[in-house]
Amino acid sequence: MILDSKIPAGPLAEKWTKHKFNSKLVNPANKRKYDVIVVGTGLAGASAAASLAELGYNVKAFCFQDSPRRAHSIAAQGGINAAKNYQNDGDSIYRLFYDTIKGGDYRAREGNVYRLAEVSVKIIDQCVAQGVPFAREYGGLLANRSFGGAQVSRTFYARGQTGQQLLLGAYSALSRQVANGKVKLFPRTEMMDLVVIDGQAKGIVTRNLITGAVETHAAHAVLLCTGGYGNVFFLSTNAMGSNVTAAWRAHKRGAYFANPCFTQIHPTCIPVSGDHQSKLTLMSESLRNDGRVWVPATQEIAEKLRKGQIKANDIKEEERDYFLERKYPSFGNLVPRDVASRNAKYVCDEGRGVNETGEAVFLDFRDAIKRDTRKIIEQKYGNLFDMYKQITGEDPYEMPMMIYPAVHYTMGGLWVDYNLMTTVPGLYALGEANFSEHGANRLGASALMQGLADGYFVIPYTVGDYLAQLAPTKVDENHPEFARAKEEVKQGIERILKINGTKPVDYFHKKLGKIMWDKCGMARTESGLKEAKAEIQALKKEFWSNVKVLGTNEELNQTLEKANRVADFLELGELMVDDALNRNESCGGHFREEYQTPDGEALRDDENYAYVAAWKYLGEGKEEELVKEELVFENVKLTQRSYK
Amino acid sequence: MKLTLKIWRQKNAADKGGFVTYVADHVSKDMSFLEMLDVLNDQLTEKGEDPVHFDHDCREGICGMCSLYINGKPHGPLQTTTCQLHMRSFSDGETITIEPWRAKAFPVVKDLVVNRSAFDRIIQAGGYVSVNTGGVPDANEIPIPKTVADLAMDAAQCIGCGACVAACKNASAMLFTSAKVSQLALLPQGQVERKTRAEKMVAQMDAEGFGACTNTGACEAECPKGISITNIARMNREYFSAVVSSDNM
Repeated sequence: MILDSKIPAGPLAEKWTKHKFNSKLVNPANKRKYDVIVVGTGLAGASAAASLAELGYNVKAFCFQDSPRRAHSIAAQGGINAAKNYQNDGDSIYRLFYDTIKGGDYRAREGNVYRLAEVSVKIIDQCVAQGVPFAREYGGLLANRSFGGAQVSRTFYARGQTGQQLLLGAYSALSRQVANGKVKLFPRTEMMDLVVIDGQAKGIVTRNLITGAVETHAAHAVLLCTGGYGNVFFLSTNAMGSNVTAAWRAHKRGAYFANPCFTQIHPTCIPVSGDHQSKLTLMSESLRNDGRVWVPATQEIAEKLRKGQIKANDIKEEERDYFLERKYPSFGNLVPRDVASRNAKYVCDEGRGVNETGEAVFLDFRDAIKRDTRKIIEQKYGNLFDMYKQITGEDPYEMPMMIYPAVHYTMGGLWVDYNLMTTVPGLYALGEANFSEHGANRLGASALMQGLADGYFVIPYTVGDYLAQLAPTKVDENHPEFARAKEEVKQGIERILKINGTKPVDYFHKKLGKIMWDKCGMARTESGLKEAKAEIQALKKEFWSNVKVLGTNEELNQTLEKANRVADFLELGELMVDDALNRNESCGGHFREEYQTPDGEALRDDENYAYVAAWKYLGEGKEEELVKEELVFENVKLTQRSYK
Repeated sequence: MKLTLKIWRQKNAADKGGFVTYVADHVSKDMSFLEMLDVLNDQLTEKGEDPVHFDHDCREGICGMCSLYINGKPHGPLQTTTCQLHMRSFSDGETITIEPWRAKAFPVVKDLVVNRSAFDRIIQAGGYVSVNTGGVPDANEIPIPKTVADLAMDAAQCIGCGACVAACKNASAMLFTSAKVSQLALLPQGQVERKTRAEKMVAQMDAEGFGACTNTGACEAECPKGISITNIARMNREYFSAVVSSDNM
């Protein structure tokens, strides 16, 4: 199969406008005859469900949490980008487009990214109209701040809780449609499989997490807005429930999975404290606006620090190495995430890490407090400082914070075309669940932008174009494919419950996470990846013979939920390793040690790897097939990224 | 640390339920409260006993999914969410009692898990500005004084966890409902539906079976996000002025 991205022809700035005009429309009176399933209620899912219901479609919205408002978009802290140029500092749609393409290390599509930058301005308007309380200046207009990877201030924010406020905005729009009867909500319900009839997505199989009931739902189109797969690493900044199951099972039904090895390691997270650790907490990247990142200049000083013989504040200015400012004078502490993370790893590998485990660097606000007063810093970051104190027991106003990189976001995901449709007609993927706009590295404050762009402003047009080509007749839920898929789900659950081995689910999840972090994390090598593949295969075998899941299907059974998800992570992990092995270059979040410049920067190979690696599932135990989508750059010139 | 845990176990909504005592050994001070329960659950699983069910998701204090009534207080001894509570808040040898939220409108699902969908229905009754996607003015065409925007943000920080209901002797949902009513009553975007919103949300809150507010302030004291009871006063003003000059034709 040749992958057709369906990027419209013509000048970059006109593509989306033209495409919208060329899209078919569903007659207003006919819209109520079409059913759309939306899985996931984060920014992408809630905004899509609300917008489609407003247009008149019948929407069923599913989430595994007890309420749509809990989706993990809620945890995004820093902000949302938009090319408003309210600050008169030289921003424009083209600049946001350019920054995003460059920040993604030239592994994203020009057409998609330009559209994202174009609709970004409308997102802010929409959110403000909903009553999202963005930060404001004294004159009453919206405030902005700058963010990693950009030299303009284009980030809109609501204290350190921007994701929460945007999600509650989308949730309120969704709630309004629930009240109007246009959206039917299914909380505590997990998608277990996709139903494909004659090559088209026609519904899903779900499990009611309270009763265990396995049910089918039919629709004309299915939208997966199920987020990323960072939890394959066990420890990540994702919520505990974030999982790949819906996307993975769709993959096994024919949706290609693209660039799975592109994962983002976020530089500013609270370091690991012990084996009991269940998740990692992000400290917003916005902290890098005022905090300075440093480690001791020598191993000896770091050693004393780790032994508790001296404290951070005892270390003199000349004994501190502000390594980002030193290496990247023009971007300093605001270099993109992948660069900041990798450099933190380097200095820790050199033995200059600052906590007991040797895996942490300082993020210091001493100079900012001196310059701006404590009150100003409190206003900007108060809640983040409080959170840090709660978790670590240390006061960041007095002592520098300690941070270390952690898995945060996955740029890879289901392959989609310009219409956000996967390789299964009628199946769409939105937000982090798709692979599209961030290339090999996502810039800060761009995830919220993409989730809402997809849900509010892209899908209402593109799904309409698809539905307009289908007859407005009900999808028949009595079709044997529904019964078959349902039966397979039931069998899968039974299979897990029957094992009755000796190890809890987390035992396997933690082991998988360690393999992935050590060998498919911040730095990767061919030999390490090969080892990882064998280890994952062995672990998968052990899982299916020795996992212990108590209880039954017919009740709330959180262990069973976890086991289902971990089973899929085990399969995905192997594909991530395959993808990382295939990509013999370094780009963005994918750093292969064999491919670097003399000063340790990622070395791309545009001649051989300027493509999207989409993987096709061929069946249980078989190697997946690689299908390439060559990336075409008509507007930007591919250059070595430099933030020096 | 070694702790004794008295945990509420209840198989399902129909089951009567009761306390079961467990011993948690080798608890580290750096663990979060939920991580302590994770370790207990792994031990229970290995012994073949059903693990303790509890709600949790983001584990960074923002999704509002975690709950737990710990030693008689929602979210435990600190004014934070349970997921942000760390074992350094407890001492060696202590007995900790863990119960679900107790409120008629939040029925127990299993063990420590309750059903809070009543909150969703309160929002569905009117916790929004009725604007469709598209067709809205430029964001900077609606200037809002910073002080007003800050107040709205203070109210908007509610995470919908339900600690206010659990803390209240009447299981009142006034703090939750008033936070949303306040946010939108303060902002210019919320003015058009200001009256109907207050009326409908209060009516839904009553219909769900939440109790009345008797101004004890327990909700504010336990709210992990510090939502102020001045929001309740504001909602009362909104409600009473709405009923005397109702827009609900």
